Amino acid sequence: MSTYEIFVSLAKVGLKVTLQVTFSAAVLALVLGGISGLARMSKHKIIRFISSVYIEIFRGTSLLVQLFWMYFVLPMMGIRLSALTAGILAIGLNFGAYCSEIVRSAIQAVPSGQTEACIALNMTKVQRMRRVIIPQAFVMMIPNLGNQLIELLKSTSLVSMITLTDLTYQANILNATTFETTKIYSMLLIIYFIIGLPLSKGMKLLEQKVSEGRV
Amino acid sequence: MTPIVSYKNITKAYGELEVLKEIDFDIYPGEKVALIGPSGSGKTTLARLLMTLEEPNSGTIEVEGKGLWHEEINGKLVKANGKHLREMRKSIGMVFQHFYLFPHMTVLKNVMEAPVTVLGLSKKKARLQAEEMLEKVGLGDKLDVYPAQLSGGQKQRVAIARALVMKPNIMLFDEPTSALDPELVGEVLEVIKEIALESDMTMLLITHEMDFAKEIADRVAFFNEGTIAEQGTPEEIFNHPKTPRLQTFLSRFNP
Ligand SMILES: Nc1ncnc2c1ncn2[C@@H]1O[C@H](COP(=O)(O)OP(=O)(O)O)[C@@H](O)[C@H]1O
Ligand SMILES: [Mg+2]
Repeated sequence: MSTYEIFVSLAKVGLKVTLQVTFSAAVLALVLGGISGLARMSKHKIIRFISSVYIEIFRGTSLLVQLFWMYFVLPMMGIRLSALTAGILAIGLNFGAYCSEIVRSAIQAVPSGQTEACIALNMTKVQRMRRVIIPQAFVMMIPNLGNQLIELLKSTSLVSMITLTDLTYQANILNATTFETTKIYSMLLIIYFIIGLPLSKGMKLLEQKVSEGRV
Repeated sequence: MTPIVSYKNITKAYGELEVLKEIDFDIYPGEKVALIGPSGSGKTTLARLLMTLEEPNSGTIEVEGKGLWHEEINGKLVKANGKHLREMRKSIGMVFQHFYLFPHMTVLKNVMEAPVTVLGLSKKKARLQAEEMLEKVGLGDKLDVYPAQLSGGQKQRVAIARALVMKPNIMLFDEPTSALDPELVGEVLEVIKEIALESDMTMLLITHEMDFAKEIADRVAFFNEGTIAEQGTPEEIFNHPKTPRLQTFLSRFNP
């Protein structure tokens, strides 16, 4: 099998699933991260509690086990998810917990003087968060969130373990049938790397864009 | 005349440390009051209580005849809720030692922000007002610049414009020139002086610029260890200080 044929085979069969899982799980992780990061700072104890339970559970256990749990254990409790849904959900929830910490620490890193200036201008708490605190925290979050997205992309290879035909799964299949191990896994490395490039480039651009004028 | 601000028996402590000790202090409408005193004596805390950035441990503060941290409901004093505090804050503005400009907004946006989000002004109207105010503080040519590109003196003038555009009745200045390089102090004092002379706004000015205090203040209060140790006209305070503490304090400024 030629290198080109390996590329075509991987791209044709596995790429779509990898991109799909990456994209959906990333959106889920960012949304969950934002919500639970803010929830950690809520004035209501119960909201803070729920959010920290979520974060501790998903950061404290392994992603692979979470995947297995969603795909193999939940059905025994009557909740049957497709492999795709289970994959997206597990990865999204897992990375959401990490993003949440990034969101929270960035918001707390905005100097308290900003809050005081907002109070002196009689802004409400919501106005203050929306207009002043979050925009500044966002700039600080971008590099860390970017790293998490790259990590997330790489971790999608784990969905091959719950029967999803992503890039890694397809590479394993090819390897089992052709034994072109070196070529196949090198190509796999390269493809993951190439998908990651626009991601990190995009985050860099975003960072530049939003921090415009500030230093 | 009834005071516009009235501190009544105010005590404020941080843990064990009593920063303000049973302060009684009135400020009258239109009055320009300068607060002087050694650092750590509680001047900033006094202003922060009025800006509702800190809550007193005991005592009451009245602003324009209404409780600041308390409101009277059916004859009973209850702790002010957020709505009451927001209502009260409409009358008060503050300029901080370290400016606290919004770094992600241009100069113009910094000044437009609160009129649009808080007062609900149209962007157009807020823009006109902001431009006018920035013109007044001498920054009409810096509208689209970000704070990071300004000198300290310029930053503080933006902060002054940002507070003024909300049209407070009471303005608090907490050492507005203490964070500035000496050569930039003058331009900021000039702006504050202009405001003090032309407006009937009540002003509380915490400062170490004694000549400036002498020039613009109707009354000077000397703070020492959480109490007002002496107060009077600038003439009385600067030329005829009574307490040894004030005499010692002033001697540091006129060696
Ligand atoms: N948030 C705080 N926590 C603990 N101590 C504080 C806090 N803010 C001020 N202090 C202390 O209160 C005292 C008075 O401070 P401040 O009002 O800032 O004095 P001044 O403005 O006259 O220098 C100081 O000893 C200061 O260290
Ligand atoms: Mg101070």
